Amino acid sequence: MATTEQYVGRSILRKEDAKLIEGQGTFIDNQSMAGMVWMELVRPPYVHAKVDSVDVSKASNMPGVIGVLTAADLDDAFPAGLPMVWPITEDIKIPTHWPLTKDVIRFAGDAVAVVIAESRAQAEDAAEEVVVEATERPVVLDLEEAAKDQVVLHEDLGTNVVVHWSHGGGGDQTIFDSAPVVVHERYSQPRLIPNAIEARGCLAYGIPAAGEYTLVSATQIPHIARVALSIATGIPQSKLRIIAPDVGGGFGSKLNVYAEEALALALARRLGRPVKWIEDRQENYVATIHGRGVIHDCTLAGTEDGKILGLKFVELADMGAYFQLLTPGIPELGGWVYMGPYDVEAYWYEFTGIMTNATPTDAYRGAGRPEATFVIERLVDAFARRIGKDPAHVRRMNLHPPHADAQTSIMGLQVDSANYEPTFDRALELVEYDQMRKEQAARRESGDAKQIGIGLSSYIEMCGLAPSEILGALRYVAGGWDAAEIECRPFGKVVVRTGTSPHGQGHDTSWSQIVADGLGITPDDVEVLHGDTAVSRLGMDTYGSRSVAVGGEALRQAVEKVKEKARIIAAHELEVSEDDLEWTDGAFRVRGAPDKARTIPDLATSAWHAHSLPKGMEPVLEGTAVYDPPNFTWPAGTHVCVVEVDTETGKTDILRYVAVDDCGAVINPMIVEGQVQGGVAQGIAEALYEEAVYDESGNLMTSSMTQYLIPSAAEIPDMTLDRTETPSTTNALGVKGIAEAGTIASPPAVINAVIDAVSHLGVTDVGKPASPERVWRAIQEATKGSPGVSGGPGGATPGRQEGGAS
Amino acid sequence: MTQIAVTVNGTRREADVEPRTLLVYFLREQLGLTGTNVGCDTSSCGACTVHLDGESVKSCTLLAVQADGREVTTIEALAGADGTLHPLQDAFHRHHGLQCGYCTPGMLMAAASYLKENPTPTEAEVRESLEGNLCRCTGYQNIVESILDAAGQMSGAKA
Amino acid sequence: MIPAPFDYTRAGSVQEAISLLGADPDAKVLAGGHSLLPAMRLRIARPTMLVDIGRLTDLSYVRQDGDRIAVGALTRHHDVANAEVLQQLCPIVAHAAGQIGDPQVRHMGTIGGSVAHGDPAGDLPAVLLALDAEFVAEGPTGTRTVAAADFFTSLFETALAPDEILTEIRVPKANAGWSFIKFQRRAQDWAVVGVSAVRSNGGVHVALTNMGLTPLRATGVEEAVTGGADPATAATHADEGTAPPSDAFGSAGYRRELVKVLVRRALEEASA
Repeated sequence: MATTEQYVGRSILRKEDAKLIEGQGTFIDNQSMAGMVWMELVRPPYVHAKVDSVDVSKASNMPGVIGVLTAADLDDAFPAGLPMVWPITEDIKIPTHWPLTKDVIRFAGDAVAVVIAESRAQAEDAAEEVVVEATERPVVLDLEEAAKDQVVLHEDLGTNVVVHWSHGGGGDQTIFDSAPVVVHERYSQPRLIPNAIEARGCLAYGIPAAGEYTLVSATQIPHIARVALSIATGIPQSKLRIIAPDVGGGFGSKLNVYAEEALALALARRLGRPVKWIEDRQENYVATIHGRGVIHDCTLAGTEDGKILGLKFVELADMGAYFQLLTPGIPELGGWVYMGPYDVEAYWYEFTGIMTNATPTDAYRGAGRPEATFVIERLVDAFARRIGKDPAHVRRMNLHPPHADAQTSIMGLQVDSANYEPTFDRALELVEYDQMRKEQAARRESGDAKQIGIGLSSYIEMCGLAPSEILGALRYVAGGWDAAEIECRPFGKVVVRTGTSPHGQGHDTSWSQIVADGLGITPDDVEVLHGDTAVSRLGMDTYGSRSVAVGGEALRQAVEKVKEKARIIAAHELEVSEDDLEWTDGAFRVRGAPDKARTIPDLATSAWHAHSLPKGMEPVLEGTAVYDPPNFTWPAGTHVCVVEVDTETGKTDILRYVAVDDCGAVINPMIVEGQVQGGVAQGIAEALYEEAVYDESGNLMTSSMTQYLIPSAAEIPDMTLDRTETPSTTNALGVKGIAEAGTIASPPAVINAVIDAVSHLGVTDVGKPASPERVWRAIQEATKGSPGVSGGPGGATPGRQEGGAS
Repeated sequence: MTQIAVTVNGTRREADVEPRTLLVYFLREQLGLTGTNVGCDTSSCGACTVHLDGESVKSCTLLAVQADGREVTTIEALAGADGTLHPLQDAFHRHHGLQCGYCTPGMLMAAASYLKENPTPTEAEVRESLEGNLCRCTGYQNIVESILDAAGQMSGAKA
Repeated sequence: MIPAPFDYTRAGSVQEAISLLGADPDAKVLAGGHSLLPAMRLRIARPTMLVDIGRLTDLSYVRQDGDRIAVGALTRHHDVANAEVLQQLCPIVAHAAGQIGDPQVRHMGTIGGSVAHGDPAGDLPAVLLALDAEFVAEGPTGTRTVAAADFFTSLFETALAPDEILTEIRVPKANAGWSFIKFQRRAQDWAVVGVSAVRSNGGVHVALTNMGLTPLRATGVEEAVTGGADPATAATHADEGTAPPSDAFGSAGYRRELVKVLVRRALEEASA
């Protein structure tokens, strides 16, 4: 329907919701096919062991079992190992990563065989009966231990120290020796488990005689997976279709190409039957990527009055037992934001990637940038404490001056636009900063067991991945463009095919708003198709807060292409020159005679029946754009958290949480707020609850959701949000991206608040997450000079696994 | 195999099940009611929440045989027979109470059961009532708002 | 995450359940199933048979019985939490039942199942221990009553014989002063440490959750209170005789210190 109504910038309710609130989602486990069989991986209970034998004889004869295959049985199914697509240095050492390990179990997720059975239960029953004999090897999880190479995971590489990347620095490096104040800190961030509420899963099927295969997978990246799985399986890309159905959350954990996807395809090919695999949660905890797992040595050079002169970070990063798709590139992604929103004279960042006997790490919401923001923002607070200044004062005086146009930063890349002070000031205003400081002082005065702390976090992040030329320079194997196709159907409806692949972000709605405004129709007239390589041919998928800044801009450009052609048809039909037409009120109108007009639905119908098109014009009204961004986008913001810490137990409660973000122009404020709320909750979880804990043998103690503490609505506070808008100069929409901002900003805001609450007791660090025990210990150490009791958290044997309230 | 008869969404369904069949898989795989999701396997996340005789339970921690002779309601029957959305479904839509939508059926069923027990809850009570339902996308704020709004709609409609 | 195969029988009476259990040493009782089924899904528990007593609805009740309140073993946590007679006469039981797991768990889980599971991290065992509750068990040879002090024998073990079924829990009236503190990471979690305190005849009974292989009475604290110590002084005895676990929720050392803080607060609340 042609309309003059504007939709961009409004909280249009989501088109995605209807099916999801009625239980009609197309999630992978809802899909099945005639003749389908189930796949189950055999993951023996070892962390590091040489496989001596795998006996499948008993399992093979179990009821319903079609086959049990080992790596040797599948030797010819995989011409190459699972691809890693970001060899960030020339001399990086890359371990071979087979879907089933051929020799050594290097982490708990390594599988040695795969069972195919008629039912899921039968597959599970048989997998238990595969007998694996293995010789255990010492396990190494600690990064500094692993770097000593006393235990080497991949003998052919000869070392666990597989990659070293240095930013190369910016500015005068001597400042770190000569500055009046130099602060050194070491911060450790544990591994996190992403925990999309839908675990992974896939269904592979095909027509063996034609050599054609389809993989339906709970993935964020159907387009990239098509390339990677073609390499791993040898199925040509022209014969391989990947479908992402409704996907139940990703957070980076489905920004990957996994062994099970390659196995399902290989087995569908071999058996000629559809093969389905659904990950259970225990598998998810060991076989799906983890995030974080880093240690930073940090140096801040500054002045006594609070000016930050230089920032230097040297990082150790846990790669896990293999590289997954992007593993070594994740720390580097953070490497461009270690200056935060601050104006500094010197910058240094380098990291060393180390193999350990744990699940591979990879992109987890924020991917490198939360790690970076955490250490900068902790360091700024440490600096403020050192010089006895208010941390808000120190931050504000160091904020980079505003610039409306792109400007080269100390780290060498161009920041598209910046205006940090209004964002910062608004956050302090909303949280009633001065009032909170007064309440804090009163609590301290009273000696109450419960003390108040205020924590700030100002951040900048890098989104809109990515200019292909820069990706090339950074040795990433693919580009960073994205694509959109618009097909104007006759009689009013429009079909959009986007290269992004949403899994909760609401692209159907936001993309419809962009197209509706561009073409003078309503969002309901727009159908957005995605997540299927046979439907949206071109794309680079959804991750890194890139979708609107790259895919959205591609869509805007496709709109312009449609309108270019539509204008020619309109001029032809109205018998005026194109220059006599203007686009106003949702139609091409003759200047001075606005009633003489053609809408896009009119013109689409004309172009479709093609009865009377301009000479030589091809029928059909459609437009395709492939957009390669000229620069990244750089959202920024300030978050403030107020906590109450029970100094007797160490328990933290959040009293207030304020987030003021600047993600440039906004297509749908409701969706943007939802992204911030979800991101902040995930960051609060990171700060107070979540960590992967291993015992001394390398077994994951936090092996289920009963042990790995994802907070519920009862733990997460109500948040106060606001925004400022500094348009991006990178794209015409002016958008920057928002999906990771909450997760990037919030962990240091929370931890800084916890430390602030007990800093008057002498506490300067509480660890991460700030569990009650860690906070309590920090207080004990600060007030008594030593911990009250022996034995640290996480170093003990697991007490209880499951069970409980009946 | 054990024979069971369960009234599911108002219709009596008879079936042979293995005793070890979990209620959620009976619903999903034998009855084709795939709206109820499985998230955690340890009765932590609540994605599998359905109503058993009108009260919320976690169908991944229940055997199908335990539901024999009883009434089960799933997300597929939360809306009215004429397709009218339940006030909770409508509120989740209007308040952006869902993103990926995977936890949503469980959230809705948990909230529907809770509002029967406490039709006019406070925000804190709503948050406590969701202690057994995990969402990774929304940060819960809009879910809580949705439930409070629906509670108002429902109690207002009755008043 | 599907349990290993097993046989299933739904018992029509307590006696039938007892004889079924007696016939198969690897059989297990299924009540609400919220302790057993997660373990079976992980295949940690592999019973050959489940004897489902979930339909023995005459074991679901809360009623006053002389100077005691009798709670049928199959009364769900939800019903215990909402039982007016408990809310008025023994409120700590109703309150604690409302803190177990989450609403869905409370709609299925039963007081008997929770107690018979013998989990030292469970909420109700320590409450019942503090109350000197009595447990009525029925077996092949008849009915017997076990005192709470004798009921919890070790980790996940109780005085119940394999072919005995817990049928009733009897608690005294205790509405003078009480406190139930569950220190937990998330609302749905087990207690890192829990404290149940109930005033009784001028003294106070204190029991601890998750401080050993069984729920434990803090006898040192109780004696100190009887001897006239103030809460802060009495609470310094809270970790005496305990053997708390170390796990991802907290180390033993932390629990030993935490319990002193929580016991002090519980004593203050119970006597307020």
